[in-house]
Amino acid sequence: MAPDMSAIPQPSTRPARGLRRASRGVAGFVLTTAVTFLGLLAITFFIGRVVPIDPALAVVGDRATQEQYEAARVALGLDRPLFVQFLVYVGDVMTGDLGQSITTNRPVAEDLARVFPATLEMATLGILAGVLIGVPVGVWAAVRQGTWIDQVIRIFALMGYSVPAFWLGLVGLALFYAGLGWVAGPGRIDIFYDGLVEPVTGLLLVDSLIAGDFTVFGNAVSHIVLPATILAFFSLAYIARMTRSFMLDQLGSEHVTTARVKGLPEWKVIWVHAFRPIRVPLVTVIGLSYAQLLEGSVMIETVFSWPGIGNYLTTALLNADMNAVLGATLVVGVVFVAINRLSDVAYRLLDPRAKR
Amino acid sequence: MSAGPRPAPRSGLRDWLLAEAPSSRRQAALGSAYRTWSQLLRNPLAVAGGLIVLGLVLVAAFAPWIAPDTPYGQSLSERLMPPSAEHWMGTDELGRDILSRVIWGARITLMIVVLVAVISAPLGLLVGAVAGYAGGWVDKVLMGITDIFLSMPKLILALAFVAALGPGIENAVIAIAITSWPAYARIARAETLTFAQAEFIQAVRLSGAGHMRIVTRHVIPLCLSSTIIRVTLDMAGIILTAAGLGFLGLGAQPPLPEWGAMISRGRTFILDQWWVATMPGFAIILVSLGFCLLGDGLRDALDPKGRT
Repeated sequence: MAPDMSAIPQPSTRPARGLRRASRGVAGFVLTTAVTFLGLLAITFFIGRVVPIDPALAVVGDRATQEQYEAARVALGLDRPLFVQFLVYVGDVMTGDLGQSITTNRPVAEDLARVFPATLEMATLGILAGVLIGVPVGVWAAVRQGTWIDQVIRIFALMGYSVPAFWLGLVGLALFYAGLGWVAGPGRIDIFYDGLVEPVTGLLLVDSLIAGDFTVFGNAVSHIVLPATILAFFSLAYIARMTRSFMLDQLGSEHVTTARVKGLPEWKVIWVHAFRPIRVPLVTVIGLSYAQLLEGSVMIETVFSWPGIGNYLTTALLNADMNAVLGATLVVGVVFVAINRLSDVAYRLLDPRAKR
Repeated sequence: MSAGPRPAPRSGLRDWLLAEAPSSRRQAALGSAYRTWSQLLRNPLAVAGGLIVLGLVLVAAFAPWIAPDTPYGQSLSERLMPPSAEHWMGTDELGRDILSRVIWGARITLMIVVLVAVISAPLGLLVGAVAGYAGGWVDKVLMGITDIFLSMPKLILALAFVAALGPGIENAVIAIAITSWPAYARIARAETLTFAQAEFIQAVRLSGAGHMRIVTRHVIPLCLSSTIIRVTLDMAGIILTAAGLGFLGLGAQPPLPEWGAMISRGRTFILDQWWVATMPGFAIILVSLGFCLLGDGLRDALDPKGRT
């Protein structure tokens, strides 16, 4: 849950000059991304191999004869060399085959496609709130460095690294749902409204608006507001901390002093001269934070019975449904890597020093 | 630097420690430790963090004497009692005193944190130092593996490992350690690269030291301070992951008084008996916050570049 504290992106010092160099950069980028994805597959494959449960034995049962057992092993491809098994696994994943879930009796890929929008919806709301609040708060703390406001914001940001997400979820439920009755309880929507709206995007808020059903929309909002706020808290803590740190660097630099000496109004010094240069590294921070929210949603979804990928993963874990566990791990890993690489690309595109 | 008259010989331990020109290696080492220490003491938040961590160690060490009850002492007639003078944190569904369980749980948390650090930090240091020192294809392969692990979300990877290895506190420790070492490898490599070609390493090599000796005796010690900072900063994350695994029923198993597992048990009663789940959470927050503050302070004292 705790985001990488040391992940302060360094400004790229390599300007890409010329088309040849740029194309080599693209090729290198594609190659490293491919290697990372292959590595991801290797990890999930390895985890699947070290499972103490013998998959062949699981198919035929304890009473099977030696021949039946061997036949099952051959049928599952377990008699082949490990390397061949890995290639088969990679081929399967490439064609979208993640195996069958033993809990839902459906292909894992189908299950994941069904639950993913719920997670996406919550994480997106979380990151939006995190950015809209975290950035101004971080700037504020930097401008008021050393004052009590700064200290309060610092402690608050550190809380984001110290509070267990599942605990905050439980306390939130006890307080705002059971105690005050301000929000709806666990789940994505009341059973009464379930299935009323035709799924178009899978995002309930968007779908209910498309259908023009504001009752469903309101109900969905009252369900999502608490878990999304809690997720937002964690991204807010990280974003505010990073913004503060970037701003402190800028506020201490000479061009800001120059702007002050010229007699510019303070808001202009802060938001134009100090804030503009940090927009680029902030993009990377926000990207990282978004990826981490997907991870953080595992705990939140479990607490709120939110039918997303995290809940799917933990349900599968408790049922020892390894295909589902590995499939969900893989999908989260791929999204995680993809967001990280994309924020990397965005960084290079936005940083004027990286332009020709 | 050498301009001006040498300061007159001063007396006192403090002056000896802060001497501009230490006369022995030991004096220099103690002097720099003292400087770090006094810088740390000037930071009130770091002191608070240090005290919290010290408190955790003391509570864990003296749990049998501090706790009013044993962690397993059931009393069904007193189940689910709210916090009172007798039970400061109330009792759980089996009438066990929650305060006592939280105090005994400090031992489990401390054990997890220490074990993860002891497994993952040396592993990361070794991988990073070897990669940075050797360079070439060794560096490429080792860092490639490191990057793949780093590119995976930690909690998810730990969950998948525990799912494969089976639930339990030992497997939780192994899973968290597997997900923690890459960060240290990265740091150790970056540090190593800054002095791998330095003259003192050349000198050691020319005097006939083997690669193994250079890495373990000369490279790794220099990577230690930044790794220690990072480990301290990571402690909060390790505690939260361990508690998360416990909460999901994949880490420490009941009746062990692990804080995450206790919150999981209290989940059923959260709407009416809020204290069962809430109290262990405060312990987690306090201890994690302590490690964060201490790590922040250590970084400010040891590495002024990375101030946040």
